[in-house]
Amino acid sequence: MIVELDAIRGVTLDTIYDSSEGTLIQTCIQCGTCAGACPYGEYMDYPPRRIIKMLQHGLIDKVFNTDSMLKCVNCYACMMKCPREIHLTEVLLQLVKEQTVIKLPVVPPELQKALENNYRYGNPMGESGRKRANWVQTSTVPIRILSQNPEPVDVLWFVESYPAYHPRGQDTCRAIAKILSALDVDFAILGNEEKSAGECGLLSWESGLAEALVDYNMAILSKYKFNRIITSDPHALDAFNFRYKMYGFKPNVTHIVPFVMQYLDKLKPMLRKTLGYSVTYHDSCCLGRHNNYYEEPRTLLKSIQGVKLIEMVHNRINSICCGGGGGGMWLDTYFKSQNMERLSDIRIREAIDTGADVLAVVCPYEIPRFEDALKVAGYDKKMAVKDIMELVCEAMED
Amino acid sequence: MKFIVFLKMVPDVIEELKIADDGKTLDSNWIRMKLSECDENAVEEAVILKEKFGGTVTAVALDAPELDDALFNALAKGADKAVKIVGEWKDVRSPAIAEIFAKYLRDNYPIDNQTLILSGSQSIDDIEGELVYYLGELLNLPAFGVITHVDYDAGQNRISLVKEFAGGLRGEFESEVPAVIGIQAAEKPPRYIPIAKIRAIMKSASIEEVEIPLDGIPSGAVIDKLFEPETSGKAEMLEGSTDEIIEKLIGIFSDKGII
Repeated sequence: MIVELDAIRGVTLDTIYDSSEGTLIQTCIQCGTCAGACPYGEYMDYPPRRIIKMLQHGLIDKVFNTDSMLKCVNCYACMMKCPREIHLTEVLLQLVKEQTVIKLPVVPPELQKALENNYRYGNPMGESGRKRANWVQTSTVPIRILSQNPEPVDVLWFVESYPAYHPRGQDTCRAIAKILSALDVDFAILGNEEKSAGECGLLSWESGLAEALVDYNMAILSKYKFNRIITSDPHALDAFNFRYKMYGFKPNVTHIVPFVMQYLDKLKPMLRKTLGYSVTYHDSCCLGRHNNYYEEPRTLLKSIQGVKLIEMVHNRINSICCGGGGGGMWLDTYFKSQNMERLSDIRIREAIDTGADVLAVVCPYEIPRFEDALKVAGYDKKMAVKDIMELVCEAMED
Repeated sequence: MKFIVFLKMVPDVIEELKIADDGKTLDSNWIRMKLSECDENAVEEAVILKEKFGGTVTAVALDAPELDDALFNALAKGADKAVKIVGEWKDVRSPAIAEIFAKYLRDNYPIDNQTLILSGSQSIDDIEGELVYYLGELLNLPAFGVITHVDYDAGQNRISLVKEFAGGLRGEFESEVPAVIGIQAAEKPPRYIPIAKIRAIMKSASIEEVEIPLDGIPSGAVIDKLFEPETSGKAEMLEGSTDEIIEKLIGIFSDKGII
């Protein structure tokens, strides 16, 4: 299902029909499953089905002049449901998005700021690059920073921007550090040398920004010796698995959940505390639909004593996006101006309907998005949003 | 029209600022420089004016770390030419900067009745917006600061300007061309330029370097001491039960002679 990287290297909208992806696109039966699966499809002048039709008729330029692709949150729902297995999110929609941002008369200010910040400071929030590793001082276990101690290391932990800077992301970081340390994993981070991996540069249609960040991080990573990379951000996982590989950098990369699962036998006896929570789990688009990790997070949650897992109506491949992907993280105001409901507000109602005490997540975007949504719903006293790593760490406490 | 935009880099306050050991300057190992926000608006306004009335935009900036990025960005936005002024002067303020810009114009850029000179107004090191007035004085041209709107009447070869005053007041001005205009805000917020375009410009465009010698540049105001804000008083939090707090408050009021 995942696209062959060699098949799309250097492909543009003009040359797409010369590639195997173009051949696939020509097999489209216009069933409209993509448009129906799209969480914002009803707000688009050109949902994916119509985009394909416009491409087939040589009218794709018309799509660039609308904001349809601004509303694509890169949730992979259309791509995973396509009966012809057209790589919509990975190839066609990205190329259309790129042209959309070039032609947009005005880029929504929040998004513009985030992209400019990513370029200048290496993080979308516009924080100083010198403060990226500040959270390390609050960790209860020692964390090695490679620039200070460049000895070879087994696991390089790519922290990413939201975990490094957002206060709630830092909670996840401290939990991860504690778990890695308890599992005796030899790990280190890049610290202040790290910049955003670039996935959201790419998927918010800024290929130049993504390239700049990829070039930068590749140069930094090539300074150090390590066996594998882990990250708690499924978007960074995607960046490494797809974009970096296309540039010839092919590290062994894993998300923290499947990584910790490899140590489950060792971990289980450490989970001594009974939590007594009913938990519902939100499948992240990148980790679930795109990388097919549906069961690992659930198995890990069930390994914790006193956790009762309740599924939301939409789960696994049908999960509804939190709305943060594809630049959506910085388009809430724009969506509001178009009378579109935030996807996190829609999704949180499903979480609330389960009656769970905790909404468990695995992506750093989701904590602030769902915590906000809980406040909007007036339910923030009754439900907490927690990264799975926070829950694992809580269960490790005596 | 020939639009010339004078730019300068200022310390990026996103980074923590540290005072150097001399107690008079910022620690240059610690600061990063960025284009002043009002200068970004001046570039935008110049490009908007060029798009409306035709002509060329020349961006001229004082040499500083990370300046090349800012100049390539200006080129990507629509400037036709980028110039870096280099020289041995150091830590210059608005009067000296105006002198350098004026010197550049006298030697390199003939001003005629189709020339409009723009710069940012009230950057963090030009808080009164004095730069454009010094420049106007040196060039013997009309100067206007804190401008938020510029229009041009080609038939009359006159510009009309909107200037912001305190208290929400606005003033409308008309002037002949050439003139010096200090931009506070462009008609539209500075546009987004895809990074791919900036990176392409970096590979294809070049930045001209012009040296301005130190002679005759006045030092302007001299900084004696640079220091972080000092705390003068502190808030005291009263704790305890309501009655205890009331008791403490009465004590404080009577100590101060209020009751």
